[in-house]
Amino acid sequence: MTDNMIVVSDLKKSFKINRVLRNVTFTVRKGSIFALLGSNGAGKTTVVKILSTLMKPDSGNVTINGLDVVRQGYYVRECISLTGQFTAVDEVLTGRENLNLIGQLKRLNGVKNKVNEWLSFFHLQDAADRKVSTYSGGMRRRLDIAMSLMGKPQIIFLDEPTTGLDPQNRIAMWDLVKELAVGGTTVFLTTQYLEEAEYLADYIAILHGGKILAEGTPQYLKTIMPHRGAQLNFQSEEQAAEAMALLNENGITIESFEQKLPSLEDVFLALTDEKGGK
Amino acid sequence: MHKLKGISFLDSWIMFKRCLLISLRNPEALLMATITPFFLMLLFGTVFGNIADVGSLNYIDFIVPGIIMQSLGQASQHSAMNVATDMTKGIIDRFRSMSISKSAVLIGHTGAGVVRNTISSTVIIITAFVLGFRPHGGFVDWLIVVALLTLVNIAISLIAVLCGLISKTPEGSSGLMFPLFILPFISSGFAPTDTMSGGIRWFAEIQPMTPIIDSIRALTLGLPLGNSLWIALAWCIAIIIIAFTAAAQVYKRRLS
Repeated sequence: MTDNMIVVSDLKKSFKINRVLRNVTFTVRKGSIFALLGSNGAGKTTVVKILSTLMKPDSGNVTINGLDVVRQGYYVRECISLTGQFTAVDEVLTGRENLNLIGQLKRLNGVKNKVNEWLSFFHLQDAADRKVSTYSGGMRRRLDIAMSLMGKPQIIFLDEPTTGLDPQNRIAMWDLVKELAVGGTTVFLTTQYLEEAEYLADYIAILHGGKILAEGTPQYLKTIMPHRGAQLNFQSEEQAAEAMALLNENGITIESFEQKLPSLEDVFLALTDEKGGK
Repeated sequence: MHKLKGISFLDSWIMFKRCLLISLRNPEALLMATITPFFLMLLFGTVFGNIADVGSLNYIDFIVPGIIMQSLGQASQHSAMNVATDMTKGIIDRFRSMSISKSAVLIGHTGAGVVRNTISSTVIIITAFVLGFRPHGGFVDWLIVVALLTLVNIAISLIAVLCGLISKTPEGSSGLMFPLFILPFISSGFAPTDTMSGGIRWFAEIQPMTPIIDSIRALTLGLPLGNSLWIALAWCIAIIIIAFTAAAQVYKRRLS
């Protein structure tokens, strides 16, 4: 047995004349956090749908946990869990009923206790018996994730998990993802934010133009990505001016330090230029 | 496919309970589906009843089967809308990415549809009694009526599920169901077909509503049954098989 949880090779998918995935190849190690980074319309969701057996590829091979997603879809579905871009909850049912439904479908033992555990884990116990239609966006997302986590799947797919969340909920989501990986779950997430991918992932693949443009650990990608600037804010104009000259020698108090990350567009430009120039 | 029959039955059962629970949260829908045929019954039974001539029969006795068909069509709209709602929301992707039987979602919706339709038809029949419906069929006749209505119910619910799958929006799905509200009027439901002329008569005589309505009428009023029951059964079984196969196909295709 290998340590690879997901192996994707030569994946192709077109919608009519639109070749969304031209040649996608990557592997995801067991227990790691893998981020598929790409801008809107890059085909991230298409990859997630193929990996979670919702869509058939035109060609190429995808195995999950050693199982072929096309031929052994049923067994693949037993070890995965999907949280799509749109919250997958029943609006007219309560949070508890939603969790119950998934627990029953997964034939879990002691569904009632597990439902209570997840409700309190996601701080939803007070809202448990209210209709989901009364929940806030963040609460819905938490319920959605709780439903995905019922039955402890080996792999969880999170398609843009932080899109539409406020900063507070976003940080809570990041903590959760880290926690899941610590618990041994393999996390496959998609994002359009470089910052999110760098913070969370053990391994990042950048999807652009239907191909994996670059991949590697965040540390490695930093070395091949365009240069980053840093914006330094000082207490006064004078200090700032002085700092320009003395920064190397003297320890001037820096009040705040803000890293300027390159935008995804910059990354694409830099990486495609580099490849084209060779 | 890899799953034992019993387990996939359990999936359908869980889905059925889910669909029922969703219906319970929306009682207005069922109320609306019952009120329309109720007023239709009131209108035809009182206002038109006096001018309609259906031979020796009481007009209210005559129209009960037609109104029941109407109520089935009305109530089934909600199956179509619920299916369409599921299909347009993320929940269907969650179900599809779980190891549950593929037809469970469709069977669950069909089952809940049958329950809703049964409630609505029961209300209609009770109303009919209050308005003067006096059937004189025997116990066995009624058993056959219930069995036939159940089959019709399943067939119509499956058509509704299919409409829900085909349409892009919940609103569109109820539009697709429109022919089902009209068909009972162009049948033997409200007037004997031999009072109709030309093309309408031809259509009324060949469409499935007529043998179904004729069978229920004959069984409840003790009239000669002829071969209408067999034709009705054949229609129901054919529709069930075709609608289920088509729904399963559309369900698979729409999602890949």
